[in-house]
Amino acid sequence: MAAEKLQTLSKAIQNIEKVRQSRQSRIKFNDKTITMSHGSGGTASRNMIEGMIIKIFSNTVLDKLEDSAILQIKDTKLRLAFTTDSYVVSPIFFPGGNIGEMAVNGTVNDLAVSGADPLWLSVSFILEEGFEIDELRRILKSMRSAADKAGVLIVTGDTKVVQRGSADKIFINTAGVGVFQKKNVLSSANVEPGDKILISGSVGDHGIAVMLAREALEIESDIQSDTAPLNGLISALLETTKEVHFLKDATRGGVATVLNEIALNTNYAVAVDENAVPIRPEVNGACEILGLDPLTIANEGCFVAVVGSNDAETAVQALQSHSQGSDACIIGEVLEEPQGMVFLKTAFGGYRVLDMLVGDPLPRIC
Amino acid sequence: MKYVDEFRDGELAQKMAAEITRISNGKKYKFMEVCGGHTHTIFKHGIEDILPGNIELIHGPGCPVCVLPMGRIDDAIAIAKTGNTIFTTFGDMMRVPGSHGSLLDVKAEGADVRFVYSPLDALNIALQNPDKQVVFFAIGFETTAPSTAVTLLQAKADDIQNFSVFCNHVTIIPTIKAILDSPDLRLDGFIGPGHVSMVIGLSTYEFIARDYQKPVVISGFEPLDIIQSILMLLKQHQTGKTVVENQYIRVVNPEGNLKSLQVISKTMELRPYFEWRGLGHFEVQGLRVADPKACQCGEVLKGVIKPWECKVFGTACTPENPIGSCMVSPEGACAAYYNYGRLSLSAKRRELLDAGV
Repeated sequence: MAAEKLQTLSKAIQNIEKVRQSRQSRIKFNDKTITMSHGSGGTASRNMIEGMIIKIFSNTVLDKLEDSAILQIKDTKLRLAFTTDSYVVSPIFFPGGNIGEMAVNGTVNDLAVSGADPLWLSVSFILEEGFEIDELRRILKSMRSAADKAGVLIVTGDTKVVQRGSADKIFINTAGVGVFQKKNVLSSANVEPGDKILISGSVGDHGIAVMLAREALEIESDIQSDTAPLNGLISALLETTKEVHFLKDATRGGVATVLNEIALNTNYAVAVDENAVPIRPEVNGACEILGLDPLTIANEGCFVAVVGSNDAETAVQALQSHSQGSDACIIGEVLEEPQGMVFLKTAFGGYRVLDMLVGDPLPRIC
Repeated sequence: MKYVDEFRDGELAQKMAAEITRISNGKKYKFMEVCGGHTHTIFKHGIEDILPGNIELIHGPGCPVCVLPMGRIDDAIAIAKTGNTIFTTFGDMMRVPGSHGSLLDVKAEGADVRFVYSPLDALNIALQNPDKQVVFFAIGFETTAPSTAVTLLQAKADDIQNFSVFCNHVTIIPTIKAILDSPDLRLDGFIGPGHVSMVIGLSTYEFIARDYQKPVVISGFEPLDIIQSILMLLKQHQTGKTVVENQYIRVVNPEGNLKSLQVISKTMELRPYFEWRGLGHFEVQGLRVADPKACQCGEVLKGVIKPWECKVFGTACTPENPIGSCMVSPEGACAAYYNYGRLSLSAKRRELLDAGV
């Protein structure tokens, strides 16, 4: 009886394992048209990037697929971090921020999580015919103040205007350059079993703030986007903590996507204690109503850190003593197996797998 | 969070699970949770890890997204492609595959498909776009039917001419009856749908206890609700009485919601038959099973096979490219298994291996 059960279970796991392997090993990209899923940061985006874009552009720097390209200047010790990102949020003004602030902070953060000090940004605008100059001015001013706050300079830029209907008010692209001054090389290749997983702040605020600001949902709340430059907080962490192995800001796709990328890239498991994850009750409430998982919701001012276990407490203290890191805590650890899997010990005492999102988070019907 | 935290008390759950272990005394029981919302809760909180191994949960057909046949999706897509039309739908219908793509795909091709949180939002879109035809893709059991009905009445009262509903509402009782009449199934009771019962009340289920001698406990959607319902089902077995009980008393009134039933009957009527994905056509007398296809959603929905036993599970059918709708909705049994089941299965296997099997 037990042997029979074992066989059945083994077969089940084998079948499920097939899905995982087919997803990982041969990423195929046969889609005919771009759908919104390709922009969600989940598996559909990953398939497009790894199944098509990387194959065409392939080179040693790009193929690493880190948040920033790490560029070694020939015959010097100088290493640069270089990154770019485009911002297309609706509504463009939301509680806690706007598209411009996000565009500055997002690129600053992509540089900072690679371990570099962000220094210079470029900014490009695609503007829709009819867009109000007053709104543009407001956006520009908040970009200036975000750049000042992060200690970066906006040093070059471009503007284009397109016909009404060809863009949604304003699209912004920013690119950024940073310089490595510290010794830390942050990469998922450093991650080892036993490492602790830290989170720098409460999760889900940005995504839910934007979702609630969209017209269709009539839920009143005071949830604010967490959009903020993280370079100060990251410096505070790197200055005090030696064993920081890897950092990543948990933007599109949320903490779940970051943890799955860690599990897939290292082929270790990530175990998370659901009780330990800091989530504001308002955010949790909105997620309950909409049938969404806060761990898959986008953040704009929160990162995941993988830290050697001996240094984990030091790291938590370093983060907590910074004004932006008061909610920082350990939420889980890296394990040997099950390989490539992220799982959650539920607050209820059971277990479940925490997967990457397939496409955009879609609210459930009932 | 009020009304949530008190129903997620892990310690209390352990106590109830111990009581379930004691009462069931190693005997095997198969209970079906009818509603997809229950399936979702079970996996989200890892309830199967807390229950003793002799209690098996069969994931039933009550996921409105899962039971909709592909032809209905094709119809929806055809309507969405009609010129001058705004097609509105609940979010999770967007990715359900028809025979040639999903609503998300036709949206990408240029159709005006929008997701709404309520049919009343769709009616508002109709008000704001008087020169367009606005169609609402109405799906769901008795839970969502009243909101469609109210919207229709509102549209009539306001004389809104450019709004219509593509009605795919279904009722729960024929589904349960089909399962009970299915020869290949053994069940020891039902965890009954909470929100459907809030509308239809308890008396409609009585034939299950009376004619089929299966206990029914109408259950809430929080993890403690489900564990308590399982305990209540076991206690019925223990005492030998078979009745319809209400665990979800904080929401379900035994008489149901008369106003909801009234608005449904004002706007809708039962059709002679409706095809269910996997379950075939329901007619008044019993059930005809549709032709077998590669996808075994039907057997999964009836609890005859486990999702991973389906021929295409994990090979041709994955959450990215679902063949069966059970893989699409997070409430669908296959998606739930894929997402949450992998871990507990490997844990169980490890236990057996450690025990030297």
